[in-house]
Amino acid sequence: MAHDATHQDDGSAVKRIWSVFGILSLVTIVEVILGIIKPEFLVKTTFIYMSLLNWIFIVLTLYKAYLITWAFMHMEHESKGLRRSVVWTGLFLIAYLLFILLTEGDYIYEVYQNGQMTWDF
Amino acid sequence: MEATVARTGTEGKTWGGGKKSPLKASYGKLMMWFFITSDALTFSGFLAAYGFSRFKFLDSWPIADEVFNHFPFLHGVDAPMYYVAFMTFILIFSSVTMVLAVDAGHHMKKAKVTIYMLLTVVGGLIFVGSQAWEWKNFIKGTYGAVETTGGQILQFVNTDGERVALKDIAVDLKEDRVVHERKNGVWYSTDESTLPTYSINEIKEGFKTKNNILIRTLENDENGAKIILSREESLAYMDNRAVNVVEGANLTHNEYGPPLFADFFFFITGFHGFHVSIGILLNIIVFFNVIVGTYERRGSYEMVEKVGLYWHFVDLVWVFVFTFFYLV
Repeated sequence: MAHDATHQDDGSAVKRIWSVFGILSLVTIVEVILGIIKPEFLVKTTFIYMSLLNWIFIVLTLYKAYLITWAFMHMEHESKGLRRSVVWTGLFLIAYLLFILLTEGDYIYEVYQNGQMTWDF
Repeated sequence: MEATVARTGTEGKTWGGGKKSPLKASYGKLMMWFFITSDALTFSGFLAAYGFSRFKFLDSWPIADEVFNHFPFLHGVDAPMYYVAFMTFILIFSSVTMVLAVDAGHHMKKAKVTIYMLLTVVGGLIFVGSQAWEWKNFIKGTYGAVETTGGQILQFVNTDGERVALKDIAVDLKEDRVVHERKNGVWYSTDESTLPTYSINEIKEGFKTKNNILIRTLENDENGAKIILSREESLAYMDNRAVNVVEGANLTHNEYGPPLFADFFFFITGFHGFHVSIGILLNIIVFFNVIVGTYERRGSYEMVEKVGLYWHFVDLVWVFVFTFFYLV
């Protein structure tokens, strides 16, 4: 069973848990600090429809998600087949959903701006 | 007999069937992964819908720092995000104790599993309690606002740009106010449960007498700050557009901005809070099973691992809720 894959020395597994906790905390602190000071340069720079600051938040979030899934949920010790069926399926469907809904939302925003006399009556 | 046995030529291979488990995971763990994948899609449906609405109202969405700026025992202090950051830590830490419990389970250390499970339950309870407190602040509101005929929110600021509460504007008109009931109005209206503290006339009259108060609209200027009207424009807006007093937030009115913002807040954090509550319940059950030695007799602590997967998933979802509700 999965046990043989997860059996390590007591020390190394626990050490890995605490180091992952350290990284997760650090990333969260960085996010909060950036969210509070909101550096002008990062807010003003736009990169693919969004400010650089938002992209940083999203990348850091995905990094945290990766750490939680791989280290805490033991994805790194599961078989390749299980890992791919969960991660690839999820990522593909979510990316598709986001693409469709955000494009549509942006289109409606444009209609509100240009397509009618007023909507704030 | 031999004729009925199909030989596929894959016997003994990974996907050849028989006793071999191709994904090298037990049935229970596989099913937990099935559930997590589908639940992840439910949550991403919620968050994608939130993104849709936000893109739709791109230039008039509330700024999260201004909405969630409370911290326990610090009244009137502007504390943006500190509290959600604290909640995030609590949840990450309870994830750590959970994974430590799983690890102790692998080594069949009953006492350690017990302690770590207990810590996980406590962490979960603190988190749910914090969320309840957030909800209370959000529902109660801070400053109050007025609503226009078109459903827009107008907030009040002084000439320095600081927010002004309704109670500092209103004058007491000694009006006779009655709760609106459906039987006295059109059939599609709903009963008012309570009257706002001040009537719209009291706010309008008070606003006329206080020259240093301006209206802040929901629209952003090019720097992402909310547009503040001049005194003349503000007076005209109050005279012609303001129809309702809004205090706090519910599913139909919301002093912070579009009602959709409150709806998504209630549904997404509520759905997540519901998951956390279920997780606490499962953790408590496992905790007592550990104490009475169920897993010791079974010879495997795999149940701790399965419930742990669910618990980490709840933490994972919060990481995304935190980013998209409070940061971005």
